Amino acid sequence: MNYIGAALAWLGDPANASGPNGWHARMVEHLWYTALATVIACLVGIPLGYAVGHAHRFRTAIVSSTGAARALPTLGVVTLFGLLLGIGLEAPMLAFVLLALPSVLAGAYSGVEGAPRDAVDAARAMGMTEWQILFKVEAPLGMPLLLGGIRSAALQVLATATLAAYVGAGGLGRFLFLGLKTQNYPMMVASSLVVVELAVIVDLAFELVDRLVRRSVPAGAVAS
Amino acid sequence: MSWILDNVSTIVDATWAHLWLALPAIVISFVVAVPVAWVASRFRRSRFTLLLVAGLIYAIPSLPLFIILPLILGTPVRSIVNVIAALGLYGVALMVRYAADALDAVSKDTVLAATAMGYGPMRRFFGVQLPLAGPALLAGLRVVAVSTVSLVPVSALLGVNSLGLLFTDGFQRGIFAEVFAGIAATVAVAVVVDLGLVALGKLLMPWERASLRGARRRTHTEDEQAVAA
Repeated sequence: MNYIGAALAWLGDPANASGPNGWHARMVEHLWYTALATVIACLVGIPLGYAVGHAHRFRTAIVSSTGAARALPTLGVVTLFGLLLGIGLEAPMLAFVLLALPSVLAGAYSGVEGAPRDAVDAARAMGMTEWQILFKVEAPLGMPLLLGGIRSAALQVLATATLAAYVGAGGLGRFLFLGLKTQNYPMMVASSLVVVELAVIVDLAFELVDRLVRRSVPAGAVAS
Repeated sequence: MSWILDNVSTIVDATWAHLWLALPAIVISFVVAVPVAWVASRFRRSRFTLLLVAGLIYAIPSLPLFIILPLILGTPVRSIVNVIAALGLYGVALMVRYAADALDAVSKDTVLAATAMGYGPMRRFFGVQLPLAGPALLAGLRVVAVSTVSLVPVSALLGVNSLGLLFTDGFQRGIFAEVFAGIAATVAVAVVVDLGLVALGKLLMPWERASLRGARRRTHTEDEQAVAA
């Protein structure tokens, strides 16, 4: 456990913490990558998932394509895009969006698709248009499932964003690869601890939002 | 594409190495997760804690875990034991939730009936609960297997041989075909392992298909009765 002590000492050293290459800046960068990839995945995944879920069609296509996407090795996708797009943020970002998309898509789709049929039929009988049904009935009832999908997408990206540094981008992975090259264990353990800590904080934040969302939706009617 | 034809033996070697890292980890995931899930399902109070710990383990990023685990195990960073242990740890963390849900879904009446017939805890578990939870356990294990196979390549960053080496080598030398072949081979391994698990499930649970057919026939006749009525 002396490695943990050394890692904490590394984190506490102001020389390692501040400046554009310090771990504070890299941590912010890491969070920024995570947020950006998750938001882009949401912009693509939510409309697509809602459309497919509302239509009650292409179920098999969604299930099998999200399953296939999960079999893709992220390191392979990162390096493949790295070769195609060159050094920089574009390649890893594209790979992270691809990594986040299945979870967001599955969450958006299953939330809308699983909204109780009674509620949807009642809304239709009351004369709601299809758009109203989607946004006033199905989407709110599917919100907890959508949030669950976004949550696992964000955590996956956060954990994988260390690979960005392999193709020349920043983030906390910088210290991992630098430490690997120079056999600097305190540095590697320290940056790992920061990533794990970020994961716990992000997970807790989503837990909080989840409780708020669930409070606003009638418990019995939530899609499952 | 000529790179692929010139390096078939490298790809085959890496595929075998990949498989020998993934398969033990998948077996460990199942063998360790089921008893833990049994505890979680049997003792209600332990469930929350066990699933929380499993969730936290799964949240640890893989590259740091590959680096930190040797410090705890005392193995060299490039040791296969270290990689299998890390993959197994993720597998267990993911599998525990599926297994706990699978065991919970077994009808309480059936378990009570087995107890009333004088089944001891061991015989009740292996003779009643485990077979009934089988299909749900298999579904969970398939997810674990695919995610394990796609996680193996990260170990190539430490220099361990697997299909991941095609990514690092291909990236450093700028060979597009090599990286592409690595991705295709990894997905192929995942598909083969998945099909293998499905086949194993059919072999171990022959009643599943029979009962599915039976269920379909039953609903069919029920429909006919409904129409007749």
